[in-house]
Amino acid sequence: MEIDPFIFRLSIFILSIFIGYYVVWSVTPSLHTPLMSVTNAISSVIIVGAIIAGLAGNSDSIFNNSNIFGFLAISLAAINIFGGFLVTQRMLAMYKKKKKDK
Amino acid sequence: MFSANLSAIFYLISGVLFILALRGLSSPETSRQGNFFGILGMIIAITVTFLSIGNFSSGFIYVLIFLLVGGLIGAYIAYKIPMTAMPELVAGFHSLVGLAAVLVAISAFLNPEAFNLGVPGDIKLGSLIEMSIGAAVGAITFSGSIIAFLKLQGIMSGAPITFKGQHPLNALILISIIVLIYLLCSTQSSNLFWALLAVSFLIGFLLIIPIGGADMPVVISMLNSYSGWAAAGIGFTLENTALIITGALVGSSGAILSYIMCKGMNRSFFNVILGGFGATAQSTSSQNKEQKPVKSGNADDAAFLMKNASSVIIVPGYGMAVAQAQHALREMVDTLKKNDIKVSYAIHPVAGRMPGHMNVLLAEANVPYDEVFELEEINNDFANADVAFVIGANDVTNPVAKTDPQSPIYGMPVLDVEKCKSVLFVKRSLSPGYAGIDNDLFYKENTLMLFADAKKMTEDITKNL
Repeated sequence: MEIDPFIFRLSIFILSIFIGYYVVWSVTPSLHTPLMSVTNAISSVIIVGAIIAGLAGNSDSIFNNSNIFGFLAISLAAINIFGGFLVTQRMLAMYKKKKKDK
Repeated sequence: MFSANLSAIFYLISGVLFILALRGLSSPETSRQGNFFGILGMIIAITVTFLSIGNFSSGFIYVLIFLLVGGLIGAYIAYKIPMTAMPELVAGFHSLVGLAAVLVAISAFLNPEAFNLGVPGDIKLGSLIEMSIGAAVGAITFSGSIIAFLKLQGIMSGAPITFKGQHPLNALILISIIVLIYLLCSTQSSNLFWALLAVSFLIGFLLIIPIGGADMPVVISMLNSYSGWAAAGIGFTLENTALIITGALVGSSGAILSYIMCKGMNRSFFNVILGGFGATAQSTSSQNKEQKPVKSGNADDAAFLMKNASSVIIVPGYGMAVAQAQHALREMVDTLKKNDIKVSYAIHPVAGRMPGHMNVLLAEANVPYDEVFELEEINNDFANADVAFVIGANDVTNPVAKTDPQSPIYGMPVLDVEKCKSVLFVKRSLSPGYAGIDNDLFYKENTLMLFADAKKMTEDITKNL
């Protein structure tokens, strides 16, 4: 009997939930806003699916239905990726420690 | 080009980099490096996808164009957005993740061959379940986030919208989603797929309208969580490890944040989600207010009190964000520090409209993060402080939460502001806060009310110091 590959993916999923649980509890509360913007950015790795959808089929009929949805999804995910990482960077650059001489 | 096994390993690497990105946020020093790991993970995932498809024809150019257009819009928004608008931005971004998940699910449904899921009308059962769950959760995330965005932006009133039969209606729709998924899987009919999407969009909308403005921290965290589960659902469909790992991370991250926010208000998750909070309480409290005497003062009195203090604790709230008073506040604090007065900031977990909202605003105004403390860290210090300066916060300082079991906010952890020798309370009027209840703090002997716009008042105090 072979194990269905789905079970392996499910194992990855469940274990990742636990990793997420412990990692997120260790995030300092003052960084909760950057946490949200960066989780936003990384969840846009869904762009992987969008690219596959956009390039599906042969290249002559690139603008049939399912490709168009893929292209739109690429743009939306790209807004999130660039916007999410850059705004996180901008926020994190503002967090400064007290200067000694003050 | 790239074998499936090789790409799977690279997807795993990018998943690990995303974990490190979140891990970096455990302290501000490591956070920038963490963000870099996140970016690296994303670059790897996208590159590997291109290489594994290996189709560098005209379609590839289109992908790059759409990618660049989206990227430019995103970068433009990221640089232009004011820090006070961060909750709206995050809500807006959530809606995009949701919509992207829906679009990917649609194209997988229409063209399953491209994803190795079978042929139209005969999609593998497991994949169909996964993609319909991903699509439904994505659609809920999308429409829910749009409502949250409109409420935060002020385009839509922040007041809860409730109507008779709301909860039975929502329950009915949620059940119909499950039934639709079941029917879809047994018939593979595309009409049912569209119906599922339509119903999911509708329920996302209906779920968020009854939730009031100040409960937005919970809503945003919850939608954050949903966007993760939607991504994970699509990840299962695409058999993509990076997407499954990320979805699980984001899903649990949002869930934990919602939990922290609910605990900060001492309310159960369901109490928040069912909504209507604040609307009912308002009517009961409005009859017996503004009878008691209140001491009010001006900027001069406030400056005098603070000048003679040796330690001051500042309690910021959403009002500070609305008035954009964070820079004026920091200037006032600079002047205080020049007079050798010890100043620290106390942040309540639900201050503002999203988790960590106040911390970002203070960081923007160049307040060092080691002067900013969370509720548990600083609550004992109020008893030893001379002045508490409450700017734009209200319910989170209300001592009623500790004393009156009848109060709707009873049991909520509050900042022990009343233990200070004197309290300065900047507020525009005596009107009750979000919870719709009077704040006992207004009528305390040692409280001085400063009725003014938060920014203007802070500037005036600085002049008088």
